[in-house]
Amino acid sequence: MTPLDAARPLAKADSAPRLPRHVRLHFDQIRGAWALLSPEKVLWPDEVSLSILKLCDGRRSIAEICGELAIQYEADVDEIQTDVLAFAQDWSDRMVLRL
Amino acid sequence: MSASGPPIGILAELTHRCPLQCSYCSNPLELLKANRELGTQEWLSIFQQAAELGVLQVHLSGGEPTLRPDLIEFVAALSARGIYTNLITAGVGVRDGLMDELAQAGLDHVQLSFQGALPETTETVGNHRGAHQKKLNTAHRVRDAGLPLTLNAPIHRKNIAEVERFIEMALELGAERLEIANIQYYGWALLNRQALMPERDDVMRVAALIETAQHELRGTLAIDFVAPDYYARFPKPCMGGWARDAFMIAPNGDAMPCHAAASIPHLAFENAAQTPLAQIWENSAAFNAYRGFDWMKEPCRSCERREIDFGGCRCQAMLLAGDASATDPACSKSPMHDRILELAIRDSSNGAAEVTYRRIGVFD
Repeated sequence: MTPLDAARPLAKADSAPRLPRHVRLHFDQIRGAWALLSPEKVLWPDEVSLSILKLCDGRRSIAEICGELAIQYEADVDEIQTDVLAFAQDWSDRMVLRL
Repeated sequence: MSASGPPIGILAELTHRCPLQCSYCSNPLELLKANRELGTQEWLSIFQQAAELGVLQVHLSGGEPTLRPDLIEFVAALSARGIYTNLITAGVGVRDGLMDELAQAGLDHVQLSFQGALPETTETVGNHRGAHQKKLNTAHRVRDAGLPLTLNAPIHRKNIAEVERFIEMALELGAERLEIANIQYYGWALLNRQALMPERDDVMRVAALIETAQHELRGTLAIDFVAPDYYARFPKPCMGGWARDAFMIAPNGDAMPCHAAASIPHLAFENAAQTPLAQIWENSAAFNAYRGFDWMKEPCRSCERREIDFGGCRCQAMLLAGDASATDPACSKSPMHDRILELAIRDSSNGAAEVTYRRIGVFD
């Protein structure tokens, strides 16, 4: 077997995350909530996750996303960046976000 | 017990017809012929009702769903309502251009099965010459159409040695996901269990190998692993709980909480072409039979895992313990658990067992 050496994508300040093509954010009118639809699962992101995901458009960098969130939540941008980097890494590892 | 909320997913088995004859198929032995299938308008009505009911995902399956000429129409109708559409195909006999047309109609995802990672295995298991190359062609068409791809590898004794090669193949084909799913022993798979049950050592080896691969490939390839429950300590949470957030519709419109539910003889099923879907979801006696926890006996009733695995699979409890409300014998807390393990070990060492290939009409 070939070595499983495909590089793990790593979340950095200049990464521009986006949803992979098998994952779709959908507002469910009946439940009144945002759902993240994927082949086998439906995830119900909480408010903070949702505000990050909505900014993951493949154009904004993580640094830019954090700048916007800092204004939105009136919070320290460095603290936000630590959280968003951890979030992006975790979601990328699970293939529900592309870096 | 009635429904606690709207359903999330439906498995729509559009047809039982299939160019392959896989001996592990989970379809029932009494396969429906084409003249028993619902028509286009009946399915379209069901899908509209599904959207109104709150369904978010429809898995278009079979048999082989691409044999339905109205498949594109179904995808377009579901997509127009924002429903996530997942095509579950064997990828054999898929005509030129179909994947592009499905992509344009709004298809969200394709799940393509491979019976083996080696051409001769794929051909033998599905009893179809040239099947492997046809599947590879389909995989490339899926990618060319810009659609996301999951490879599905149903695992049993005839192909468990090829798991590493399945992972390589998923990487080569640029798949987003790989399902290494040990087959479930219902329908044809149960009939052929002696020929298909893998050896315990092989299952352990594969489980360890996959754990390593999952870690090394995180962010590149998502690998889902379904363990064979005969060798497990705890049962699978079948369908995520009976009629809890998903159900299936057979080619003739029968709505069932699980695709093997017809193996529970005292259940009667409504037909979705005749009874409104909302009424079936809320009021079907078959759906309400094993909803929630009130039906449970001990040891399930007081088990701390009852909200994790919901007592396991009702159909397997029926098939193996003779009582659909018993603990799934795959659970180590079942009094029958040791016998199930013995059964698996005995079957796995039956080198002489031959398979009966899946064919319409054999068990009419």
